[in-house]
Amino acid sequence: MSAMNAIEVRNVSKVYRRYSRRRQFATLKSALLSGSLISDLKADETFQALNDVSFSVPPGRTYGIIGPNGSGKSTMLKLVAGITRPTSGTVTVNGRISALIELGAGFHPEISGRENVFINGIMLGLSKKEIQKRFDEIVEFAELKDFIDAPVKTYSSGMYMRLGFAVAIHVDPDVLLVDEVLAVGDEGFTHKCLDKFAEFRRRGRTILLVTHSLGLVERFCDDALWLDKGQVKGTGDPRRVVGAYVTDVERGEEAMLAAADQRAKEAVSAPDGAGAEAVAGQEEKPADPVQEPEGPPDMFQATEGRWGSREVEITKVELLDESGAAAHVFQSGERVTMRLSVKAKEPVTDFVFGVGLFNADGVCCYGTNTEVEQLFAESLTGEGYVDLMIDSLDLVEGTYKLDAAVHKRDGYPYDYHRLLYTFRVKSRTKDVGIFRPPHRWAFSQNVKLKSNVA
Amino acid sequence: MLHNLRQLLRYRGLIQSLVARELKARYRGSVLGFFWSFINPLLLLLIYTFVFAVVMPGQRKSEDGPYALFMFCGILPWTWFSSSLSEAANVLISGGNLIKKVLFPAEILPIVTVLANMIHFFLGLPILALFLIYYRAPLSFGELLWFPVIVLVQFVLTTGLALILAALTVHFRDIRDILSNVLTFWFFATPIIYQMKDAPASGRQFLNLNPFTHLAISYQEVLFYPGPFGHWKWLLGTGAGSLVLFLAGYFLFDRLRDSFAEEV
Repeated sequence: MSAMNAIEVRNVSKVYRRYSRRRQFATLKSALLSGSLISDLKADETFQALNDVSFSVPPGRTYGIIGPNGSGKSTMLKLVAGITRPTSGTVTVNGRISALIELGAGFHPEISGRENVFINGIMLGLSKKEIQKRFDEIVEFAELKDFIDAPVKTYSSGMYMRLGFAVAIHVDPDVLLVDEVLAVGDEGFTHKCLDKFAEFRRRGRTILLVTHSLGLVERFCDDALWLDKGQVKGTGDPRRVVGAYVTDVERGEEAMLAAADQRAKEAVSAPDGAGAEAVAGQEEKPADPVQEPEGPPDMFQATEGRWGSREVEITKVELLDESGAAAHVFQSGERVTMRLSVKAKEPVTDFVFGVGLFNADGVCCYGTNTEVEQLFAESLTGEGYVDLMIDSLDLVEGTYKLDAAVHKRDGYPYDYHRLLYTFRVKSRTKDVGIFRPPHRWAFSQNVKLKSNVA
Repeated sequence: MLHNLRQLLRYRGLIQSLVARELKARYRGSVLGFFWSFINPLLLLLIYTFVFAVVMPGQRKSEDGPYALFMFCGILPWTWFSSSLSEAANVLISGGNLIKKVLFPAEILPIVTVLANMIHFFLGLPILALFLIYYRAPLSFGELLWFPVIVLVQFVLTTGLALILAALTVHFRDIRDILSNVLTFWFFATPIIYQMKDAPASGRQFLNLNPFTHLAISYQEVLFYPGPFGHWKWLLGTGAGSLVLFLAGYFLFDRLRDSFAEEV
């Protein structure tokens, strides 16, 4: 039953109006003279912030909204709060709302914290008596006992925020709307806020939470909604929704890294059209390393990032995932193959293949070559490939760069690719360092821990 | 619209505390504090008295009574009127935080502005009373009963204009600049520093179109001139017009309401 839901959002769209340049320069006078006063108030360009969004939150649930910047999360919250109205569709909220959208939004800097508490409380829907009753509690929560009679303009931003939060939370709403407010405040206060939210939940109140902190959504929410470009991309169990969202973000990063790689490759490839086309063609046939039309290589070209005689050439460097498809984003622990496509102008007998792995700080995480691993060159003719297979990519989360090289045993460079290839490692575990040894935990019987991994 | 008007009653408590905050905040940090509400009209009075009684005395006749008192009767309500309007034109923009971040009926802001200035007007009244007693002004109880009516009419008129100005300024910021000039002109187009009967006959018709003319004359008749109060028909007419203006202003404000949170 919709009437039972604490929040009911049905087919809501929100169109923001944008005005053309003509409108910005128009004045009241010109509007009156041309009789366009009313028509000027109408928009000539629109921006769809939300598109046909529906969801409902039963009372007592904690509901999280996630999504990238500009996906319409805050607009959604403002609609639920009633600050703006939907262009179409309906928003129904049952019970008293308190919105933690901007803390202390109504504070007047010149008057004391005490007076501001009263006015802010009244704005949020409390009566004077109710505030009187809760006043001490509010001040104590905000930790502002000594400063409550000082004008608010003398407060630090942390004090300001704490007071705003304390008032809003003590409104004791049935529905609490929270917009990323936990990002501010020190560790201790953040904990206090989370405790307060937990208390809210225990008392059966409804919370609508907009945040970028996916961990918070997973830990804290009963349901989650994923918005992207104003549309619902997923809804339901927070772990599932967060998982889908993270995967999507990875896909986006993948595309971005691919584009960056593309630029790097174009920068080092021969400056004629055929070479660039060949590189562009790679994206469509990523698993086809053999097809490689080539422009005439400039033998002694030593652009930054790539140098060498090119007697032997690395025509392509790819990272392949388990299915053999080229990728740029990997999960920590995944099986990865680094494939160097190589081509020898003339048959050669003196060659070494090497690979280096660097993290974002430029620290070499790992480097190896065929020679140090006791593999000695016999012959190389024509085109082929070299694979370095890593069974488990034991790296912590981060962005990494790749070196690839082929050179003579004495170091004479055939083709050196320096930090030209970027990939990203993702991990659900937020461990740190440059290397993740395969590991597990064990405890004696009197040490008890509970796993939070689903 | 009517629903929203009724809603306003629910926000009495908020309006009340916002007006109190406005008054407190205004003089916070000044040495004389609330006394400025008395001193300001007094200083204004001194300046006008000096200019019009000493610098350019003109052809004022002594049977007209004490000029300072006459002027004071008009200047006090005018100050309420003009500062309300110039503040109201800005109020939605300066209060943007509230409109964008808190669920808050925006019309409260211009109304609070008008009310806060009304309190200032009331605080100036004791000064006026002292002058009235000092000059032995011909007050009568029957005439004084009209005083609250005049105040009410002025309140309705000012609020109506304040709503219109507040709503339009969000879209046309030019209004703030135009307004100060319009108010200067308006002041001189109102019989405040001169008497209606001293105005040229041709100008009087023009002055009659000005709603504040009738408010000023009403104040003067009730407080300054000996009775009976003969301007009441004009006053009630102005009152009716003000009510229409208020409703029109509220209608406009209501229509533009949704744009405030996005435009401010």
